[in-house]
Amino acid sequence: MPLTTPFHSRLEEINQTGIWRHWSGYLVAPQYQYSLSNEYYSVRNSVSLLDTSPLFKYSFTGIDAKVLLERILLRDIGHCEVGKAHYTCWCDDRGFVLQDGVVMQVNSGEFWLTAAEPTLRYFRGVAKEMGLSEVIIEDVSSDFGILSLQGPQAYNVISELTEVSGTLSYFDVVQTEIAGCSVTVSRTGYTGDLGYEIWIRSDDAMRVWDALIGAGEDFNITPIGTTALKMVRVEAGLLLMGTDFYTSRFAWVDSQRETPHELGWGWMLKGLENDGRDFIGRGAVEKELEMGKSRWKTVGLTVDWQEYESTYTEAGILPPHHEVYSESTMSIYRRGSKDWDYAGYASSFLVSSLLKKPIAIAKLPVDLTAIGSEVNLEIPVIREPKNVLARVSKMPFFNPPRKTESSGEMGAHE
Amino acid sequence: MNRSESYDVIVVGGGHNGLVNAAYLAKSGLKTIVLERRYLVGGAAITEELVPGFKFTTFSYAISLLRPEIVQELDLVKHGFMVLPMVNTFQPGYHGEHLILGSDPDVNYHEIARHSIEDAEAAQDLDHLISRMARAIKPWMDRIPPNRLSSDPVEVNALNELKVYLEDLDPEVLDLIEKCTTCSIAEILEGYFETDLIKAMYASSGIIGSRCGPRDRESGLVWLFHKLGEYDGLPGSWGFHKGGNGGFTQALARSVEDFGGEVRTNAGVDKVLYEDGEVSGVLLQDGSILKANVVVSALDPRQTFTRLVEPGDLPKDLIDCIENLKFQGTAAKVNFALSSIPTFPGLEGREEIYKGFTNIGPSIDYLQEAFEDCENGKFSRRPFLDCCIQSTIDPEMSPPGNHIMSCFVMYAPYHLKQSDWKSERENLADTVESTLTEFFPGFSDLVLHREIVTPQDIEEIVGLSEGNIFAGELFKSQLFLDRPAPGWNQYRTPIEGYYQCGSGTHPGGCVSGGPGRLAAQQILSDKGL
Ligand SMILES: Cc1cc2nc3c(=O)[nH]c(=O)nc-3n(C[C@H](O)[C@H](O)[C@H](O)COP(=O)(O)OP(=O)(O)OC[C@H]3O[C@@H](n4cnc5c(N)ncnc54)[C@H](O)[C@@H]3O)c2cc1C
Repeated sequence: MPLTTPFHSRLEEINQTGIWRHWSGYLVAPQYQYSLSNEYYSVRNSVSLLDTSPLFKYSFTGIDAKVLLERILLRDIGHCEVGKAHYTCWCDDRGFVLQDGVVMQVNSGEFWLTAAEPTLRYFRGVAKEMGLSEVIIEDVSSDFGILSLQGPQAYNVISELTEVSGTLSYFDVVQTEIAGCSVTVSRTGYTGDLGYEIWIRSDDAMRVWDALIGAGEDFNITPIGTTALKMVRVEAGLLLMGTDFYTSRFAWVDSQRETPHELGWGWMLKGLENDGRDFIGRGAVEKELEMGKSRWKTVGLTVDWQEYESTYTEAGILPPHHEVYSESTMSIYRRGSKDWDYAGYASSFLVSSLLKKPIAIAKLPVDLTAIGSEVNLEIPVIREPKNVLARVSKMPFFNPPRKTESSGEMGAHE
Repeated sequence: MNRSESYDVIVVGGGHNGLVNAAYLAKSGLKTIVLERRYLVGGAAITEELVPGFKFTTFSYAISLLRPEIVQELDLVKHGFMVLPMVNTFQPGYHGEHLILGSDPDVNYHEIARHSIEDAEAAQDLDHLISRMARAIKPWMDRIPPNRLSSDPVEVNALNELKVYLEDLDPEVLDLIEKCTTCSIAEILEGYFETDLIKAMYASSGIIGSRCGPRDRESGLVWLFHKLGEYDGLPGSWGFHKGGNGGFTQALARSVEDFGGEVRTNAGVDKVLYEDGEVSGVLLQDGSILKANVVVSALDPRQTFTRLVEPGDLPKDLIDCIENLKFQGTAAKVNFALSSIPTFPGLEGREEIYKGFTNIGPSIDYLQEAFEDCENGKFSRRPFLDCCIQSTIDPEMSPPGNHIMSCFVMYAPYHLKQSDWKSERENLADTVESTLTEFFPGFSDLVLHREIVTPQDIEEIVGLSEGNIFAGELFKSQLFLDRPAPGWNQYRTPIEGYYQCGSGTHPGGCVSGGPGRLAAQQILSDKGL
């Protein structure tokens, strides 16, 4: 039997669809309501609540914890102070991405990390190789559940339950209490919106869930499944492992692997020139940058609205707009005299209802990645492959000020 | 005596390799006949209804190493080829401890994580590496290996190609291959796992059918060999042929006939006939003679080179090699007709746990101790058992409600030190039954009938020397460039027109068909076809 998350009995009650899928061996709902759009819009319109407990969770303690994380993580853990979180990634020694995740320093010298795939043995192995004796790495995956509260009303909901949230800036972390249960709240999320992620002891799961639902009642709080989440994260320009990239760990050949630069994570290396950090893969990562030998870049694509419409209309059908989200690879071609001149591919595609345009996350050869570059995206129209014009555009596609604003500024909008 | 019949090709032995070989040759238009000594074809891959309603897979019982090309090229699906996937592997431990690994990688992760979180992660890494290793080796499984003693530029080139191929391999893959050829499986697994039950589960493929314990260095290569199979492209996975492995060989026989070949049973061959170093036919045990310019021995190397022909007629170095080959069978079988499914404490009613291998051998120590008994000339007091209850998947294997359980038993040395198999066979079966009863309380009460197959039975019935299930150990000195002997690893023999295609040739034992297929390629190319 698949495992269930600590919130399962509540989720079971609200799942109208009766549909469950598996996420890392846990039961999760792709959607709870018949209207996927309603879940999707709760993230942008009011506030959503998502159970992300199937993530792998690790804790690092001991004086060597920081040394270890500095060795492994791409971003400088030295800048991740107590009460701060980092979105980061880590690479193998050839500079290929193993995983991405969020690391936070919850107490002085105590770090927590989320990951999509198991990595306890790997971290312990590195610690051992480095001869670090003063670090304890633990898999705390089943000790905690995680709820993600996301949307413009997220602050209003959480501030009903705990005061400290008021002071939380983007990527801040704080330990507090909700409904008498100690929780850890971070101003993070996978939606590109205002939001919080809450680590809850598994035993307290139900009480905190109920408290959040109660506090959210007046704000149209809406539990959402994984599909709505995956849709909004495209708007936020956030990559999904297993869809937009794969871990180097299970690759067969290098063409299945990606470097941080190729994934658009060069920003994680800010200040690299001036620090002497010896993180795993650094040599390769630097060499790639110096020699400009990235094989491709990850970019946003916006499909030309008119061509999208006319391609379907000319075929005699209505262009699909409603709840169109795809994780299947779509080919991209160069525009020019040659037909079907393969250039790259889109790995995630969404007809964004919010932005009223089809958007995609794509991999393209570097020469095609300037903002505004034009390419052809292949879409099936009545099963026939057709090309539509798409332009490289800035990611995130949607980036509201409230995502990063301090709570004082948020009040100003009310 | 009748005027002797004549053929283009005579294949001696209707095991699966003989049938595969014959089917390819018949397909190429050669007038081909397979001569099988027994009343049915299949050799070590047969199914027999020994008790009404109960289909016994007397010898082999599972499929993985089978070369997928054969299914395509011999059109086997048309003839009834159907392999059903194994759903689970069940590894019982003591006190209700157990592992059940199935088809969902995430569920498997959590199942192993119950024992050790690190082991669960390590299993993912190792499985991926095994798959990559299998892919890397596959091309060399499916081609005629180079002749390392030849100075022919073609052979020299092929050897060079092999060298370059190895050098170009992913270093991680190469490292595992090197470890497998130099280390014991226990040593290799030590680098991955901490839990004994998991190590033991992985280690069992390192001892199957071989005279080595998990701590002996031979076990690395035996393990690697068993990882080279697949089920529907899933590396290392196993399946059941519908109706048992006999279902497979029956389909093969139909394929031979469909291509215009002939399959004759109750036709034991006494001698291969040759004159002036050229083959001319065979003499059957009934005294009749069949003529052909090509005779293929589908038997093991000892039979091929020292029984079917006069060893004195062959080069001495070759015969020395053949005489030094290690057979030393160590496996037996005890197959049970059961009134109902066994129960494992805590998993009562979970019939699905048996839809695959059930491995009795909960620790490396257990396996090693079982081996030490064998080294002392006895069968293991507490044997390693690889059990399958195919009737949980294939209802035609037993009457409804009843079950048929195949038990592969190790170790059971061909030569017993202070006794003989005639007097020990029932004791062996009793030992197997009591071992099973330890894990499945009340097991003995379920037994309706048991079929006992000692290494001596394997030798007598199938013809595999000393009961070695692979027609010669899968040891480094007896594989690939040296199977069955250096210089004679390309299916030919010193007698022109006399070929070999049994499991004693490359790629080796198991229900693989590789030897039969590659030998056919060699014969056809020698004939310019
Ligand atoms: C107990 C046991 C369990 C096994 N389990 C598995 C398993 O689960 N999976 C797997 O992949 N492999 C398994 N194997 C190994 C595998 O079955 C063998 O390696 C393979 O079947 C051998 O096939 P073959 O065609 O090379 O030779 P054989 O099957 O040995 O065929 C030789 C044939 O020649 C016939 N013959 C012998 N002498 C003469 C003669 N003088 N004239 C005419 N005919 C003759 C024999 O009767 C026999 O039919 C097992 C083997 C045994 C013994």
